[in-house]
Amino acid sequence: MSGSGDIDGWVGRSVPRKDGVAKVTGQARYVDDITMPHMLYGVTVRSSVPRGRIKAIHYSDKIPWEQFTIVTAANIPGENVIYLLMGDQPCLASRVINHSQEPIVLLAHSDKNLLEAARGGVTIEVEPEPGVFSIEDSLEQKEIVWGSDNILKQYHMNKGDVDSVWPSADFVVEGEYRTGAQEQLYIENNGMIATASPAEGVTVWGSMQCPYYVQKALMRLFALPAEKVRVVAAVTGGGFGGKEEYPSMIAGHAALLAWKSGRPVKMIYDRAEDMAATTKRHPSRTRHRTAVSRDGKLLGMDIEFTLDGGAYATLSAVVLSRGTIHAAGPYRCPNVRVHARAVATNYPPHGAFRGFGAPQSIFALERHLNKVAAVVGLPPEELRRRNFLHQGDLTSTGQEVREPVDLEGLLDRAFSATDYRAKVQSFARSNIGSRIKRGIGFATFMHGAGFTGSGEEYLASIVGVEATADGGAKILVAATEMGQGSSTTLAQIAADALGISFDRVTVAEQDTANVPNSGPTVASRTCMVVGKLVETAALALKAKVAEAGIAGDFSTASAAYIKIHGPLRHFAKYAAPPGIHWDDQSYQGDAYGAYAWAVYVAEVAVDTLTYEASVTDFVALQEVGRVIHPRVAAGQIEGGVAQGIGYALYENVQWKDGRMANNQMTNYIMPTAADVPPIRVLFAETPYAYGPGGAKGIGELPIDGPAPAIANALENALGVPFDEIPATPEKIMTAVRGAR
Amino acid sequence: MNTFSLVVNGKRISVEAWPMARLLDVLRENGFTGTKEGCGEGECGACSVLMASRGEARKLVNSCLVPVAQAAGAEITTIEGIAIRDELHAVQQAFIDHGGAQCGICTPGMVLAAIQLLDKTPQPNSDEVRAAVAGNLCRCTGYIKIFDAILDACKRMR
Repeated sequence: MSGSGDIDGWVGRSVPRKDGVAKVTGQARYVDDITMPHMLYGVTVRSSVPRGRIKAIHYSDKIPWEQFTIVTAANIPGENVIYLLMGDQPCLASRVINHSQEPIVLLAHSDKNLLEAARGGVTIEVEPEPGVFSIEDSLEQKEIVWGSDNILKQYHMNKGDVDSVWPSADFVVEGEYRTGAQEQLYIENNGMIATASPAEGVTVWGSMQCPYYVQKALMRLFALPAEKVRVVAAVTGGGFGGKEEYPSMIAGHAALLAWKSGRPVKMIYDRAEDMAATTKRHPSRTRHRTAVSRDGKLLGMDIEFTLDGGAYATLSAVVLSRGTIHAAGPYRCPNVRVHARAVATNYPPHGAFRGFGAPQSIFALERHLNKVAAVVGLPPEELRRRNFLHQGDLTSTGQEVREPVDLEGLLDRAFSATDYRAKVQSFARSNIGSRIKRGIGFATFMHGAGFTGSGEEYLASIVGVEATADGGAKILVAATEMGQGSSTTLAQIAADALGISFDRVTVAEQDTANVPNSGPTVASRTCMVVGKLVETAALALKAKVAEAGIAGDFSTASAAYIKIHGPLRHFAKYAAPPGIHWDDQSYQGDAYGAYAWAVYVAEVAVDTLTYEASVTDFVALQEVGRVIHPRVAAGQIEGGVAQGIGYALYENVQWKDGRMANNQMTNYIMPTAADVPPIRVLFAETPYAYGPGGAKGIGELPIDGPAPAIANALENALGVPFDEIPATPEKIMTAVRGAR
Repeated sequence: MNTFSLVVNGKRISVEAWPMARLLDVLRENGFTGTKEGCGEGECGACSVLMASRGEARKLVNSCLVPVAQAAGAEITTIEGIAIRDELHAVQQAFIDHGGAQCGICTPGMVLAAIQLLDKTPQPNSDEVRAAVAGNLCRCTGYIKIFDAILDACKRMR
């Protein structure tokens, strides 16, 4: 590609992805593609019961154990903990078992064919204890399984005085909504390779989203300083949040085996283990009580939002936070109260998954508003229209909407793209007497980009840009490329800031020995927050060259600079945009630097013989600030919509005795090429002043809208409410027959 | 262990393996790591390769379900055998141009499934494209850009 010094700039163009050729030719190196001399393979022996006490570990006399490396909690050099927000989760259980996949013993051998039999040769003798397997049982404290009250975290968010509005409300509408667990189902399973020794420290290579999270966990586990723990991200085959926290666990396990054996150890999960043991989206229960006036104005919203966090705290506190802040949606309501709780159960810990609590609370709200509209006697779009947030309004956290927002305009555009109103009428006619019932539904929502509240300030991310001797530039970030296109979009941003060709910009491997801590690759923050830092660092680098007074464009001048002065790089550190305030105590203030705004419309068809539902058309319209790379952005949205379709209709984690019973792709059903509708992605672009080139975050947004839009479409098709997902054929049948 | 002879990407190789060893593992252990494991049970298609047994047309198989004994003597094409030196196949180029690859882990299998389709049906309609890759799971793209890439590749191959 040509275009050095291109005056139109690189941002906004669908340039070829940096990783494209390596991926289409099979040359990209994922963790399982890496081998090392004398490498061993590692496996994990796990609990078989969801709760109990370990009495003894028995090793079968049929296995030649002297050939194996065996690690238990006793072999941990530092603290037996996988540290993230809290230190409650052990790396290897030694006494207490809190879920069915608790790791207890690690085994390694040079012949992976021998490991399965060896794993079966270890018996964990456990004294079982009764577990807790529902939000209700946890709240009722049938057993205390975590802390003193099973509450992993709770928030009381309060705006105005909701109790003052009930007497004066024309209507009070109540509802309860539920969402199930969801598996991220990245196609590349989790995996790590480690080398470790007291002299050299620990190095791991693997599939991950957050190299510095892994480093932090390993430092505690091995009692080593940062300079002795090196973490390198391999090409990562999808994450979706599923490689935010659990990689620290696998890295710890592989490193412990390497530490003991003195040899490199590779641990790659197979699909069954990955699905059973690693984190999933939190199941939820949301209760709404809403005061509304005769003319459809929201007067008060009282929301009880509860997540099932599983056995350990992991990221539940922050997942809950995002869900809480999104629970009242993009609507103007003077009185909002959210009581949010994440409760402990004896399932394997639930964790990060794209959307991070918001899909759950948005599903509840967007279903509930259709119910409110029906009670008031307004079409669902009209009820929303009367309550949309505008510039200058306050969100439920009291955050003033500083940017222009035009949700009415987005709604009109989405409806005209789908011919929504005409379809509502034509489906109502054509459904009469038809076996196939068709329906259309929509959801309007917002999604905050970046860490919540003061999170970005605590992270204090650092990004580097380095000039290279050949006149190019290298971006130094810890943000991993997991398919979302960060190596491409960040390079576009740097190219424009430096005024050089996109082809001359590369992104350095995410190796904690070489790149600064730019924070985790999560929360729709990479493009907006990390990208802005890339832009800032690149501009400073350019200024440094200009100040040196060397003639020529950046490439010529920087190459000359390096010859004279040596290495040329600049690091930029996060600073909050001006006027941002957040109060962690009251949960009021500027929850996010920026929000994306969206209207998603789904059409469904339900076969009333088999009760199978399918999505037949989908329009995803969003305002995400400036779009850096239209093709990458659209691809992100399409993928998120497909994942949302799975969440709404197909993806049904079935639990039995605290473990996932359908931990196979055969019976955990994600959308295939035969299941996805045409997905039309539309953008509105209002540049955001503090994003790179005007961009806001985008990655999580598309998982928020599909489930409520589809559930609303199902109601439109069948005339009965769908307040629980996934809406499997069994649930649809029950709903329809129950209504007769 | 037994010795098996296979032709991979036009070159004969000889491998030591148990007869029931998965073709997937045999390929990966011999350097063809572009063939990926996603599920190990024939659901996801990440391990898809093209296989032509004696005298038969090549077909797409899940290499996790093929014992190496069954592949003995067959001609196998993996993703590494698709580009000719630095010249990408039209399907590969179309995947790049249309954003058909994101995380890339399903991409080798997808590209091979697309090539298999175009071998048999040079001008597929969109339903045929969907059916052809319905055995290859992708979690990133929602498939839309994969369909676009395959439909465009067949235009380029006319």
